[in-house]
Amino acid sequence: MNFCVCIKQVPDVQASVQTGRMVLNAYDASAVEEALVINANNADSIDLILIGPSSATETIRKALAMGATNATHIVVDEIAALDSFAVSNLLAAHLKGHKYDVILTGKQSQDSDAGLAGGMLAELLGLPFATNAVGMRAVENILEVTRQGDTGQEMLEMITPCLVTCSNDMNNPRIPSLKGIMGAKRTVITTTQGAPGITRTVVTRTFPPSAREAGIKFEGEPEEIVALLLDKLQAEAGVL
Amino acid sequence: MSSILVILSVQDGRVKRSSLEALSRASALGKAEKREVIGVVLHSNALSLAIDAVHYGATKVFCVSNRIFDSHLNPPLIAGIASVVELVKPRLVVAASTESVKDIIGALAIRMDAAALPDVASFEISGDHVLCERPVMAAKMMASTQSSNPLVFVSLRSGSYEAIRSESETSCEIVEVPFEFDVSTLSATLREIVTTTGEAVDLTEAKVVVAAGRGVKDATGKALIDELASITGAAIGASRAVVETGLFPATAQIGQTGKVVSPELYFAIGISGAIQHVAGMSNSRIIVAINKDADAPIFDVATYGLVGDCFKILPILNAELKKILS
Ligand SMILES: Cc1cc2nc3c(=O)[nH]c(=O)nc-3n(C[C@H](O)[C@H](O)[C@H](O)COP(=O)(O)OP(=O)(O)OC[C@H]3O[C@@H](n4cnc5c(N)ncnc54)[C@H](O)[C@@H]3O)c2cc1C
Ligand SMILES: Nc1ncnc2c1ncn2[C@@H]1O[C@H](COP(=O)(O)O)[C@@H](O)[C@H]1O
Repeated sequence: MNFCVCIKQVPDVQASVQTGRMVLNAYDASAVEEALVINANNADSIDLILIGPSSATETIRKALAMGATNATHIVVDEIAALDSFAVSNLLAAHLKGHKYDVILTGKQSQDSDAGLAGGMLAELLGLPFATNAVGMRAVENILEVTRQGDTGQEMLEMITPCLVTCSNDMNNPRIPSLKGIMGAKRTVITTTQGAPGITRTVVTRTFPPSAREAGIKFEGEPEEIVALLLDKLQAEAGVL
Repeated sequence: MSSILVILSVQDGRVKRSSLEALSRASALGKAEKREVIGVVLHSNALSLAIDAVHYGATKVFCVSNRIFDSHLNPPLIAGIASVVELVKPRLVVAASTESVKDIIGALAIRMDAAALPDVASFEISGDHVLCERPVMAAKMMASTQSSNPLVFVSLRSGSYEAIRSESETSCEIVEVPFEFDVSTLSATLREIVTTTGEAVDLTEAKVVVAAGRGVKDATGKALIDELASITGAAIGASRAVVETGLFPATAQIGQTGKVVSPELYFAIGISGAIQHVAGMSNSRIIVAINKDADAPIFDVATYGLVGDCFKILPILNAELKKILS
């Protein structure tokens, strides 16, 4: 299958807010990994596309080092101002000129937690799509997708071309090998300047969520602390 | 003024509580702004399910009856909702943030020229704007987000508002919307749905959740979790670590990748409290954590923390709870 994987550079949510460390969106890393697994025994291509500032090249290189074939970098410096609508329009404008069997995105961005761009892009391109995939298998021109639904896992047979958004429950992305890293340095990244996108939503303010009231910690013998807990649950919390 | 349309999701033969929460919130906004609040049910049995909505403030319910909605497939669901949106021309469309809604909200927004505000913790209409607050960065931050687009879709996190049932007899009009879907146009077919066995209580709606992490280790630990859940009538949740090992099903995962829950009582057992896990449970009213590491971050969000080995604590807790609750 010829894949195009949409990848995003995001701040490391695990780090404290100030560090500014940028990483490959974890869900997109799973998308790259899954494409690599499906194409392990053939020479089909895995192209990457990223919208972001010039400094996001390092993230593209990281995904190339995992084993992807080519990459396009649409340079937009003020990436934080773009919403999923703007991003999917920019991606669609680029992808309209290309033919891929499968377009992959992550199920959501780790920073905005939006989970919209995949479905938006599919609709803009008129492609069938599945979201929150936890498994994928290619059988000729059929892509078998397992997605996590509300009550269980749903198994879908999708005719290509199609679009799938990937969960990190799909796989564990590989760590690039030294050979991969060296190879990725030589890959030519096609760079274009992105038009300023039209957005439909605006973030006006971000702030820390209201902290939970400090709790109580019990240490001691199991019998003792269980009794203390049950007393609290009944007398104070009123939940039993 | 144009109306607010609320999509009422159905599970296990009834409208989901999270949808009724969305409907209650929409009704409060509707009253303040004199906007009509309209429900829509897409299900083979839509007519009989619509009755639920009457008590939560809808003055009209559109019923789109078709068996195709009984298992989740995105093309018919998008087409069905789109046809009602065209008919109603609402200002705002609200739905509970279920997996099925998350699946379609982006595509639907594009098809209807709408803006989408996904997974919000609160929302309101203010003049030309729809405003919301939504958790971002794995719920480490909140973002006030707004849209002035004439049509806005909002999906609402469960537990964000109360479902307020009114016993008074309000008049509610039930409107049947004809809907045909040509299955031969489907380029994706659903082969099967593997429902996790014996899921007695729906995780996202449960009043009590017992969640297990890596500290629960093995089948012996799992048996203690199962016992605690059955004594307290809880749904069983899990951290990613024990979903990965296969000890718990993926449907049980709570967090950024998994589900968002907001029960009255949440037990976090052998869970360290990584931000991606906390993102899915920090809205629980009472959080009880059991962890042998006194410095585990889960204690930062726990209402009551027990420091100790869950294999020693759970048998005692289960026995004591059995006495109290039987
Ligand atoms: C993009 C992304 C998304 C993610 N999404 C999710 C998600 O949705 N949900 C989720 O849960 N995680 C998610 N994670 C993973 C998350 O970062 C953590 O790795 C995971 O939550 C850890 O699970 P845990 O707490 O069970 O395991 P650990 O972190 O290994 O913690 C185990 C805990 O058990 C305690 N323990 C050990 N033995 C005992 C005992 N006998 N008695 C009592 N306590 C004991 C230990 O002290 C420790 O605190 C995500 C990660 C990423 C990168
Ligand atoms: N700047 C970007 N460049 C390339 N792909 C992106 C970008 N932003 C989002 N995506 C894709 O869309 C997915 C997430 O959508 P959303 O959560 O709506 O931002 C990501 O996992 C990526 O696959």
